[in-house]
Amino acid sequence: MSELALPKIDNSILNRKSEIVKNLSKLTDKENVLSEADELRPYETDALSVYTQTPLAVVLPENTDEVSEILKYCYSENIKVVPRGAGTGLSGGALPLQDAILLGLGKFNKILEIDYKNKCVVTQPGVTNLGITHAVQHKGFYYAPDPSSQLACSIGGNVAENSGGVHSLKYGTTTNNILGVQMVMMDGTICRFGGKSFDQEGYDLMGLICGSEGLLGVVTEVTVKILKTPDVVRAALIGFPSIKEGGYAASEIISSGIVPAGMEIMDKALIEATDNFSKAGYPRDAELLLIVELDGTESEVNELIRKVEAICKKNNCSSLKLSNSERERLSFWAGRKAAFPACGAMAPDYYCMDGSIPRGKLAEALLEIKKLSEKYELPVANCFHAGDGNLHPLIMFDGNDKEQLRKTEEFGSEILKTCVRLGGVITGEHGVGIEKRELMCEMFNDNDIQQQLSIKKSLDEKNLLNPGKVYPILRKCAEEGRVHVHKNKDKFPDLPRF
Amino acid sequence: MSTKIKINSQIFQDSNNVYYPKDEVEVSDLIRELYKQDSPTEIIGNNSKSFIGNKTQSANTTSLSKISGIIDYRPEELYIKVKACTPINEIEKVLSENSQELAFEPIDFGYIKDGKSNKGTIAGYLSCNYAGSRRFKVGSVRDHVLGFKGVNGKGDIIKSGGTVVKNVTGYDLSKLIAGSFGTLVALTEITLKVLPKKDSSKTVIIYPNNFEQIYDLFNKLSSSSSEISGAVFIPEQSNDKEFSAKRNNVFKFNDLKSKVSFVAFRVEGDKISIEEKINNLKKELELNNSDISTLDVYQSEPFWEKINNLEVFEKTEHNLIRMVIPPANGSKLCKYLQNNHNYFIDWCGSLFWIEVNSKKEEKIKDLKKMAKDFGGYLTVIKTSSEYDYGEPIFTVDKVRLMISEKVKQSFDPKRILNPGKMYRGV
Repeated sequence: MSELALPKIDNSILNRKSEIVKNLSKLTDKENVLSEADELRPYETDALSVYTQTPLAVVLPENTDEVSEILKYCYSENIKVVPRGAGTGLSGGALPLQDAILLGLGKFNKILEIDYKNKCVVTQPGVTNLGITHAVQHKGFYYAPDPSSQLACSIGGNVAENSGGVHSLKYGTTTNNILGVQMVMMDGTICRFGGKSFDQEGYDLMGLICGSEGLLGVVTEVTVKILKTPDVVRAALIGFPSIKEGGYAASEIISSGIVPAGMEIMDKALIEATDNFSKAGYPRDAELLLIVELDGTESEVNELIRKVEAICKKNNCSSLKLSNSERERLSFWAGRKAAFPACGAMAPDYYCMDGSIPRGKLAEALLEIKKLSEKYELPVANCFHAGDGNLHPLIMFDGNDKEQLRKTEEFGSEILKTCVRLGGVITGEHGVGIEKRELMCEMFNDNDIQQQLSIKKSLDEKNLLNPGKVYPILRKCAEEGRVHVHKNKDKFPDLPRF
Repeated sequence: MSTKIKINSQIFQDSNNVYYPKDEVEVSDLIRELYKQDSPTEIIGNNSKSFIGNKTQSANTTSLSKISGIIDYRPEELYIKVKACTPINEIEKVLSENSQELAFEPIDFGYIKDGKSNKGTIAGYLSCNYAGSRRFKVGSVRDHVLGFKGVNGKGDIIKSGGTVVKNVTGYDLSKLIAGSFGTLVALTEITLKVLPKKDSSKTVIIYPNNFEQIYDLFNKLSSSSSEISGAVFIPEQSNDKEFSAKRNNVFKFNDLKSKVSFVAFRVEGDKISIEEKINNLKKELELNNSDISTLDVYQSEPFWEKINNLEVFEKTEHNLIRMVIPPANGSKLCKYLQNNHNYFIDWCGSLFWIEVNSKKEEKIKDLKKMAKDFGGYLTVIKTSSEYDYGEPIFTVDKVRLMISEKVKQSFDPKRILNPGKMYRGV
């Protein structure tokens, strides 16, 4: 994609590489420090793979004390640090920097305690999201947030990004499902926020850390809440002849007082793409497909299904199928879950966007995206977490064509600006990272951003932890006239800019 | 309340020299001026909860009570955006007209303050972050805040969040503001997630024989897929006649035995699923109909109101403590409290409300140690007139205090807003 502005490279660090590697090797097992070109290659990018960068070195510590010692060392030597979980993030939050060490938490892969009495699991951050559910499901429990990458993404990464999933309207995102974290600050201080009890007193530092994209500390332990698996889960697959009617039905389901466990919308382009790809049996004549999942006790679910059916019929649905077995329910989801690979099969590359909009603005947003698709001459397919307003347009393009790349980026940026204009935000669950950094000015003014930078400065005064992520490089924002810089005088001259 | 310094503005001041800015611009002007003059201010709403926390060390008082009113309510989008000092009652009324509610069940602290209902404002409520009985199921106040606007200690108007549920754009400052006791920003606007009100509710009462049975019940209740939305234990304290009489007076219901300890759990939903869940739970808890009583919706609703009004501690003149611990340690605490202090347990075994006689202030220190040992914390919500604040009323460790100081510094470098309300130096 276009050339990426990153923090100024500190050549003195590059020149001291061998000394730094040697010193790091004293702080953890020698084997845990990688510095040869072929060892570093797997760490050059995360799931936003259009951007790559070789880090100075990779360190894979094995316990919290090692993390603390490594950060303390880097702090004293002014070495930048980029933390990384499983590297499944879609916004480039774990993109390495040339003069920074990449701190991989992959060896923190153990579940430390399963505590059914307190309904929680204490785990190291490298354990996968689904790994937690697997550890407790034989007793009928599960961990609620379910990002689509749950098979691979780590719980530490989930904390950094405040990950959601299809069930977040009813069950919340990561921040609503964790009870405590242990974290190491950039100067090596080890701290604990929360624990196994609800609502820590005082400033909700756990809430601040959750979703901070690795800028404020390195999480080394997480305590998550586990929930009892519902007795009955059923899904309905509903086709609509128009976007409007389907959108109204989704809105009406919510306003009628139903809180579905999951509610997804796919547009015609995606219905066709996924049905071709996974033979999910979707109604191909529909302009819009709604999948509604309901859970609870048997009579509760039956009652909700009855209400959903009535609402959809009132809104002229063209087809309505209810799952009558667990197998059938999973088959309803099979197409939706294959949305990304289905788009991958249609074009050499696809670019997944992630904006949030008020649910009622769906038709307007889809119409606007359609216009933009014509303007940029690039096909797009849309899926939408209709329950919580999270929109994922998938732009299809050819990455080898530089002009298409440029157009894709511009198209994506216009979609996100549309989301903001409709009352939404530029990222619902993928994070800002480097990808949407410059769009922060669409949502926040100078004061808002300065306040966030002040927090960053108060907890990482030298700006060594994951610099260059989330917050716009001032120059570009100022050029766009969105951050007001009066007579070239910075309002907070003592604040770092990144 | 006297104001020693001249503020160069037209902001209304009453005869006690309390400032009443009427919008965010006036709040910003006022705080900017106070910042220039290094003159801290106490921030108040309608004073319903100002007794909670330390006394602020400030020369000025700023009331945000004129910043009130509903800005935008979208039932179909499940959010309401209000000016910060909109009374909770006003919000609940308009939500109720659309069969929606604030699911975290705001506690009415008016009863413990002076025996009169006063839920106060949403800004005050968010600043304390104390959720009612449904907390263990639906989350706390912080889990229902989608965004806010306010003025930091330098006078800058700042915002965070928005109106949508899924939003990971920048730091989640809404969480940080929740429970910050007005020490980070003077709130001017709050957007809350709202949820549909359940059709009906029923409450089942069980009369346990011993402490082990109480926590066995709590554990089974929180492990069931037949979800409950409230579970309390109300002990009978026969050694304290005055409390016992009050308790029996508060919980006077046709279908509730008096003068005995009981566990009560609430099931909400449509009528058919309520029956189904209660039947499931009776099986899981191995309950016979003869062991229990059931409060129908007409008794169930006032029952939980009384719990969330803390009516058993109405007008208490003793120290009232709110302790939160992991539920698995609850039975130990329960045994200690019995015959030592008046108390009741909420949140299915996690939340303890404990009354500590004013003459036994040192007991608070012991309780705090227990709270920490059990992996939790306590807050002295109301202090007796004899409390000398020798034992801090909040629980904080050194590292968290150090980080809290840094966070405070980033919002309010000159400590203009509610200084000392939570911790010294913050």
